[in-house]
Amino acid sequence: MRLPWKEGSKVPRDELGVLSEIKKGYILRQLKEGKRNDGRELNAIREATVQTGFVTRAPGSAMVQLGKTRVLAGVKIELGTPFADTPNQGVLTTNVELLPMAFPTFESGPPNENSIEYARVVDRGIRESKMIDLKKLVVTPGEKVWIVFIDIDVLDYDGNLIDACNLAAVSALKTAVIPGAAQGLEDIPLPVTCTPIAVTFVKIDEFLVPDPDLEEEQASDGRITVTTTEDGNLRAMQKGAGGAFTFDEIREAISMSFNLGKELREKYFR
Amino acid sequence: MQESMLLSKNKGIVLPGDSVDLEGLKSRNGIYKSGENEYRSEFFGVVQVGEEFVDVVSFAGTYMPRRGDKVVGKIIEIGPSMWIVDINSPYTSLLHINDCPWRVSSGDLKRFMKPGDYVYAKIMSMNEIKESWITLKDVGLRKLEGGSVISIPPPKVPRIIGKGGSMVNMIKDSTQTRIMVGQNGHIWVDGAPENISVAVEAIRLVETEAHTTGLTDRVAEFLKSRKGETVGN
Amino acid sequence: MGTESDIKLINEDGTRIDGRTAEELRPIKIETNVLNRADGSALIEWGGNKILAAVYGPREAYPKHTQDINRAIVKCKYNMAAFSVDERKRPGPDRRSIEISKVVSEALTAAIMVEKFPRAQVDVFIEVLQADAGTRIAGLTAASVAVAAAGIPMRDFVVGCTAGKVEGKIVLDLCKEEDNFGEADLPVAVMSNSGKVVLMQMDGSLSLDEFNQATEMIVRATKVINQIQRDALSAKYAASMEGGE
Repeated sequence: MRLPWKEGSKVPRDELGVLSEIKKGYILRQLKEGKRNDGRELNAIREATVQTGFVTRAPGSAMVQLGKTRVLAGVKIELGTPFADTPNQGVLTTNVELLPMAFPTFESGPPNENSIEYARVVDRGIRESKMIDLKKLVVTPGEKVWIVFIDIDVLDYDGNLIDACNLAAVSALKTAVIPGAAQGLEDIPLPVTCTPIAVTFVKIDEFLVPDPDLEEEQASDGRITVTTTEDGNLRAMQKGAGGAFTFDEIREAISMSFNLGKELREKYFR
Repeated sequence: MQESMLLSKNKGIVLPGDSVDLEGLKSRNGIYKSGENEYRSEFFGVVQVGEEFVDVVSFAGTYMPRRGDKVVGKIIEIGPSMWIVDINSPYTSLLHINDCPWRVSSGDLKRFMKPGDYVYAKIMSMNEIKESWITLKDVGLRKLEGGSVISIPPPKVPRIIGKGGSMVNMIKDSTQTRIMVGQNGHIWVDGAPENISVAVEAIRLVETEAHTTGLTDRVAEFLKSRKGETVGN
Repeated sequence: MGTESDIKLINEDGTRIDGRTAEELRPIKIETNVLNRADGSALIEWGGNKILAAVYGPREAYPKHTQDINRAIVKCKYNMAAFSVDERKRPGPDRRSIEISKVVSEALTAAIMVEKFPRAQVDVFIEVLQADAGTRIAGLTAASVAVAAAGIPMRDFVVGCTAGKVEGKIVLDLCKEEDNFGEADLPVAVMSNSGKVVLMQMDGSLSLDEFNQATEMIVRATKVINQIQRDALSAKYAASMEGGE
């Protein structure tokens, strides 16, 4: 099996902390010329590769590379007790680990506010779209249900972790199988109803651009994520990272998110 | 030193700990003595045999400051009387207000340079625990404004410069850009945006193929093929 | 070591539960520089193990009071992904991973020329994406490749292998069932040129003869594994190097 690792130039060491004025100026000059930092078109997202079944031991998994950002989602499905207030539903949890190997300043230890925010934004898109039919995860009402753990390892960080994590989680869930046979039940595909896609934008000066790389994130004043489903509905949104948006800008982000979501669904989930 | 290394012969790839045949010459960089007449490589790299010396040139690695080196550094912090500068090394370097071209009084450093600014500087001195001081007081040294800064592995800097500066000059001339190559692997490129893009691509080409033969010709060809995309020619 | 079980680990014909002979390694594959951000990295697939090793540094040690004025410190963090084992593992370090991190750090410290980098630190991250017995040795074997790929000077190269005792028989490179139910487990790492041992742990029960037999197997195996490390590192350079300059 050939892995989808792509050889590329190392990301420069000097771009770890403060983005230099020189770089910021360069990014803005490029945008005014109608080009992104890495040379792509203004409204384009980076090329992605998705490899499902990377961790054969997990009932669902997907390695995703988005530009030079790389994440690995693994889905574990185990029997457990439901929450008291939802006895007739399975349980879904999402966790993001910002591994220290992914970036020079990421530290190991308990999840920090960034990894918690990313996990919760991804979780909301999946939960609110009802992508997983939690009612079908009940084995014995009130007692035994399937718990779906989505764990996402961030391996290489070059911006826009939310979209990469969302794409990996959704890909992993779509291929996941409930391991019923080991419990005397039946192995069945995880009941999946739709494909929520998160698209994140940053604002750099007056430009609103999707799928920022790390330097663009550092040069930006404000981030917004819009998660949509194929039925044309918004499922989750999150404004983050300081700055402020006008309602017109938010509407622009929403309409771009619908278009890019459609594009991504056609490309990776046909 | 760089030139003699470029004229030397590649004698294959070694891993750390592999023995190196000195062929009666002297060992220099990347080689350690492990016993009587026994020499081994410190790096994963290429053995290069010159007229006098044998080196192992690593494919990657960090920059270690040496006196006299010109470097491209980034201000990352400000002290009462000095700037703390990232020189792409395990160790930050210091730039004292007495070693810059302006009259700066203590506590008023930010007006001249703040975190995120780049300088082209010279390593003035260093001690045995790798603390170093840089200066801006010499010909060509200055604060860098505009343009773009990229990074390459420091062991590949000699190839970017080329014999007597031939490689970098070729890139500069063809793309109508100004380029300053720091020995620490940071490279500053200035010019029209599309010209910078082509120059950066040419540098990346040298970086990825630094260990191969016929590189100068390939870079020349690349630059020729991209001529139409640059302005000012 | 292991618990009693009804599983037959050695077949009638002397082969093992996964069909290997006593001194047969599982398939091993190493790929270098798989990550963009890290200074050096390697992915190792060893049997069913899939493990990433990434190296940062040398960089100034932080917090400052941890700095050693005479040498660099080597800090390894071994971690298992939540989905790497059959039952989901709670994220974060436990006592086992902290111990493994320590012995792997010490093994690499022996090989790295730490004296060249006063006050600095070399960070080595080992992430087990999928576990299948022998993760610490596979992780260390990948880590030394990542250290070399990062251009960090080393006096020697580190390579490891495990041996153990299964139903009274000494076998090389335990698989999961053998690891769980065997009678002894002996992970060892050596420096490939000097042959000196830089990591060794043992649990279970071995006689001196059995220990000697096991270590001989390990030493022979490390020669094979070292060649795989070597090939992984030089693969992409070798082809373009023809002729020299």
